[in-house]
Amino acid sequence: MSAHSLSRRTLLGAAAASLIARPGFSAAKAKLRIGLLLPYSGTYAALGNNITDAMKLAAREHKGVLGGREVEWIAVDDESDPAKAPANVNKLIAGEKVDILTGPVHSGVAMAMMQIVRQEKVLTIVTNAGAQAVTGTLCAPHVFRTSFSNWQTSYPCADVMLKAGHKKALLMFWNYSFGQESMAAFKEGYLKGGGSIVKEIAVPFPSTEFQANLSEIAALKPDAVFVFFAGAGAAKFVKDYEGAGLREKVPLYGSGFLTEGVLAAQGAAAEGVKTVLHYADGLDNAANKKFRDAFQKATGRSADVYAVAGYDTVNLLAHALDKVKGDTSAQKELISALESARIESPRGPFRFSKAHNPVQNVYLREVKGGKEVVLGVAMKDAEDPAAGCAMGK
Amino acid sequence: MTLSLFALQLLNGVEYGLLLFLVASGLTLIFGVLGVLNFAHGSFYMLGAYLAYFIAGRTGSLLVAVLVGVPLMAVLGLLVERLAIARLYARDHLSQVLLTYGLVLLFNELQRALFGNDVHGVAAPQALAFRIPLGEQAWPAYRVFTALFCLAVAAAMRQVILRTRFGMRVRAGASNPEMVEALGIDVRRLFSSVFAAGAALAALAGMLAAPLTTVYPGMGESVLVLSFVVVVIGGIGSIKGAFLGALLVGLSDTFGKVLLPGFASAMVYAVMAAVLVFRPRGLLGQQA
Repeated sequence: MSAHSLSRRTLLGAAAASLIARPGFSAAKAKLRIGLLLPYSGTYAALGNNITDAMKLAAREHKGVLGGREVEWIAVDDESDPAKAPANVNKLIAGEKVDILTGPVHSGVAMAMMQIVRQEKVLTIVTNAGAQAVTGTLCAPHVFRTSFSNWQTSYPCADVMLKAGHKKALLMFWNYSFGQESMAAFKEGYLKGGGSIVKEIAVPFPSTEFQANLSEIAALKPDAVFVFFAGAGAAKFVKDYEGAGLREKVPLYGSGFLTEGVLAAQGAAAEGVKTVLHYADGLDNAANKKFRDAFQKATGRSADVYAVAGYDTVNLLAHALDKVKGDTSAQKELISALESARIESPRGPFRFSKAHNPVQNVYLREVKGGKEVVLGVAMKDAEDPAAGCAMGK
Repeated sequence: MTLSLFALQLLNGVEYGLLLFLVASGLTLIFGVLGVLNFAHGSFYMLGAYLAYFIAGRTGSLLVAVLVGVPLMAVLGLLVERLAIARLYARDHLSQVLLTYGLVLLFNELQRALFGNDVHGVAAPQALAFRIPLGEQAWPAYRVFTALFCLAVAAAMRQVILRTRFGMRVRAGASNPEMVEALGIDVRRLFSSVFAAGAALAALAGMLAAPLTTVYPGMGESVLVLSFVVVVIGGIGSIKGAFLGALLVGLSDTFGKVLLPGFASAMVYAVMAAVLVFRPRGLLGQQA
């Protein structure tokens, strides 16, 4: 009896092995290995978790199968540390042999990642980092971005502020690439529109000791202040701004990351803060409502802009992988399927630009009653200028 | 810079320094008496802040959080000392660093499991939720309060260490533990209480800072680095030195930001280097 069942099992095993050995069949059967290079510890841990959970949510909505292949996640904590990025990227590409690489949150990590993936040619989807170079000077056919470029989260605000009559602005930002690029894009638009910059205050990243600079702002009395901070630094900055009595005196504007995900921590101090971003919790469209409900149900947390990028990434992949029947080795076809994809994202209409950055609406939002209220579209179909990228030109 | 702005920045720097002192004093105390480099000190600060968020969020009172949380953290400090640190007194600093760094990872995971990874705000007490106008500027009353409170704690520590029997033993333990033991004083108990006090001080600082800094993962590490700078500048083991060091760090950070913005992040370390050139063992460290 036992001998009989044993031999049957051996037989089945041998049959399965022979199937796997056939190359045509293995591509359809092998699991789709998606690498996640995201921060699961440190300042940006919450962002990494939301992106991951939203990707998993989207995958579950596709029954855990993309292009006929079951999804397998390989997550690496990048610690938002650019110095460790090369090792982490190699671990995923060479060690884990991922089919698709996704991440990261931190732009510095993204830059290190780009250097490697440009050589390795693995299909890469940047799910957050907004560094201009990803879809600019370092752009590559097999690299896409589903989040935003820094330009998109700041340039549109220049026009908004000028229209509100703020002609003299003070800029304050975390002094690393994200902050610098946000400020450069804002400045470009603001000076072009006839505004002038009172002062630029660069705060070393990730310092959150702002008091000295806030005293300066109160003394300089600009028409308005435009800032870039994110995460815990954003939470603290907005509270300190209110604490220094500036909220009522000098209107505070920012790229949307100023309030994103930290609104509860900021409390009443965030009232009246205006920001621009390609997403808002309260966006009134069916895809957003469905997504937010599902995310809440799956995680017990509220969805945010980071989660949206993760969610869209998997939906775009599902669309493209279906076209190539899950064969990631058909990279050319896979790329053109992504390029032509049009999805209704929770953020609104979404398509890729020629440089593979999202073409998307940028909204003007204001915090009212502890909620992010959409005041309107600050810039419709905002497309990053993709400086330095030769693709499609 | 106008004179009033200068005065205000002076206040900003002093206030920042005083809060740093609260954290650094425990660190230097533990090193001075126990001879232990305690990397987990930042974790106590972080846990204090999270406790403030947790307890104040439920009771609506930061005072309750301090009254409940600080003794709780002292007990935790006691447990950590008894179960882990006590085994390493005879070992070199490297083993201590390894162990306490392990504790940092452990406490970070604990924080993640218990409180999650979100950024949290803690409301300042209602009675202090106003601003003190200073010319054209305004200072949040809570900041003034924390500065004064830290000063009071510093004065109290001075009294305890210079004027009480416990303080005498602490000083004796710091300079010659073998002799203290030979005199019939229970050094083990002394060490335990100092470590617990250090943990409580760090937690208290975390709680006071919570409404100012917000509460977030990794907040312990950034404070730990600055605390070490303070301790090194002041002279390892010297509380008075830590006080001076903290003020120096607070002021150089504040004025670095205003006067030399491009150099701001390195300012504190440049000051530390400068101090060490002239006094290799810190301002008030025992000179070799």
